[in-house]
Amino acid sequence: MLEIKNLHARIAEDGTEIIRGLNLTVKAGEVAAIMGPNGSGKSTLSYILSGREDYEVTEGEILYNGENILELEASERAAKGIFLAFQYPVEIPGVATMQFLKVAMNEQRKYRGEDEMTTPDFMRRVKEAAAELKIAPEMLRRPLNVGFSGGEKKRAEILQMALLEPKLCVLDETDSGLDIDALKIVADGVNALRSPDRAVIVITHYQRLLDYIIPDTVHVLYKGQVIKSGDKTLAHELEANGYADLIEAAA
Amino acid sequence: MNMQQAIKMTAAETALVDAYTTQIGDLPGDGSVLSVRDTLVHELRTAGLPTRRVESWHYTDLRTLLRTVPAADPTAFADRVEALVAGSTVLSVRNGHADLKGNAPEGVTIRSYTDSLLDGSAAAGLAVLGSDDAIGRINGGLVRGGLELAIADGTELEDPLEIQLVQSMGQAHTRFPVSFGAGAKATVIERHLSTDDGESLVSTVNDVTVGEGADIIWIILQQQGVADTHFGQIRFDLAKDAKLYLFVINAGGKLVRQEIHGKTSGEGADFKLRGINLLGGESHTDVTFTLGHNVPHTTSTEIIRNVVFDRAKGVFQGKILVAKDAQKTDARMACNTLLLSDDADLSSKPELEIFADDVQCGHGATVTDIDHTQLFYLLARGIPENKARAMLVNAFVAEIVEELEDEPLVEALEGVISTWLVKHA
Repeated sequence: MLEIKNLHARIAEDGTEIIRGLNLTVKAGEVAAIMGPNGSGKSTLSYILSGREDYEVTEGEILYNGENILELEASERAAKGIFLAFQYPVEIPGVATMQFLKVAMNEQRKYRGEDEMTTPDFMRRVKEAAAELKIAPEMLRRPLNVGFSGGEKKRAEILQMALLEPKLCVLDETDSGLDIDALKIVADGVNALRSPDRAVIVITHYQRLLDYIIPDTVHVLYKGQVIKSGDKTLAHELEANGYADLIEAAA
Repeated sequence: MNMQQAIKMTAAETALVDAYTTQIGDLPGDGSVLSVRDTLVHELRTAGLPTRRVESWHYTDLRTLLRTVPAADPTAFADRVEALVAGSTVLSVRNGHADLKGNAPEGVTIRSYTDSLLDGSAAAGLAVLGSDDAIGRINGGLVRGGLELAIADGTELEDPLEIQLVQSMGQAHTRFPVSFGAGAKATVIERHLSTDDGESLVSTVNDVTVGEGADIIWIILQQQGVADTHFGQIRFDLAKDAKLYLFVINAGGKLVRQEIHGKTSGEGADFKLRGINLLGGESHTDVTFTLGHNVPHTTSTEIIRNVVFDRAKGVFQGKILVAKDAQKTDARMACNTLLLSDDADLSSKPELEIFADDVQCGHGATVTDIDHTQLFYLLARGIPENKARAMLVNAFVAEIVEELEDEPLVEALEGVISTWLVKHA
């Protein structure tokens, strides 16, 4: 589903190189965890995948279902099924949450040449998905992410993911700022979306989230490269021994 | 006696003075009204239109900006349009001619302002606010009609009262003295529209008194054409515990100056100003506001949101004066602007003049572009860039429309805003 080949990328504004020859393959149905110390390029990778213009790809390619997506706008990538669950979901006062959900769902459908949803259909789907994630209806009546607690924001991200039904889900430190109950709700939400035709990339610092979302593969990112890949036991090793040994071995 | 040095009049000044002299036999008014008109037009002739050297016109050099004045066409009549909010009582004013037909709601007395000019009762109200009151001068010299409204004590109007000013080409100068009795509750929508692309120049002066404990929402919605000049002035006086919520939306016009001049005269009075200026093309739009907190324990908040596209220019001048005795005044003013093109321009001049020592007053101004993090968030959800931008611009102004809490009204105003944005963004 996703093939990243020899990717090099830098911050557009100051030219700082963040991703330095990254290779990664994620198959349909797979849950891949990306771990690594601060500053290794994890969040940058998620932004580059979703098309944020603050980064410049200087070399390499990203193939999504065989198509090079580097030339696509962020909104086109989303409509083709790439979803980023933000580490820091953005507050937008003045945009009602329900209106935002409806516009996003319908714009994606429009892009794919599908009919717009009817309002009753839309309401029903939001109600169902919100109930699963224990999101109170009052929350949906507020402006987008405004006044949401940290946990509510993360649940709202997973709600969007459930409604938009992406094919490639990128979760950027979705566990940060969550207590254990919220973490379970979020993990359940993600697990419910696991399917043979969908891939999930879980970016995290800690093993903790991976106790609830069991990954098929684990990749360690350091200085903009994948320095080691393995199965879920790699995450446990990192938890026990830290990154130092790996980094030394790679150097 | 000093002979005032005559200035060389501009084409617009000449046209305004000519509009007076050619209509002089036809303009309504008794002797006292005519003598005020003569004085006003004489002042216009000798002082000319204000330039940037006049402090209150510093950012709107009217003498340069007003290039032409369309001739008055007394035969032109624009068609009336649907009410902004269904169920409103519509008071129709077409090309300056007020229509007195139709039933006034209970508790509302409506009288033709032309009659007040004819019997001279309007004369005192024609006085200008000061030597820089160009709008008062032009309007007072040329006003032909309008409506006088009196809302009786304790009247609560369920449906909005829409003063619908529709203009085709030409000129119209109107006045609306309105008094709200004690305890009255009402929503007034003052709506300025044009029906064609012909050039027009309109001026409107409203004199509003809000009685003790009355609670009034007044909306000024200006949607004139791209060739139109709009001069508006609303004066208000708030009695004890009176509340006035004034909402100004500019979404049209080529040269626009909306003045708001008010004072609090009774303790417990509360004033709110919310302004939305949607500016595009080559337009020039000026909102100038002064408020005198004249007695103790009165409050006001002012929030202005400007959205500026293309080569448009916007001006906000806001001046809050707190009198020496007006202790415990609480006044907050904010002017926030989204500048959406390199050639767009906005001048903001907030001022506080405080003579009391125990008050809470503040003002702030911001100028920003669209927030890129917010934009990326919307894009990352599959919303195309043009639509995402429109949503964010809309959000910037929708926030303050929603404060109105009157659902049909909020919906109607949001409709006006999104229609404008679709056309300009």
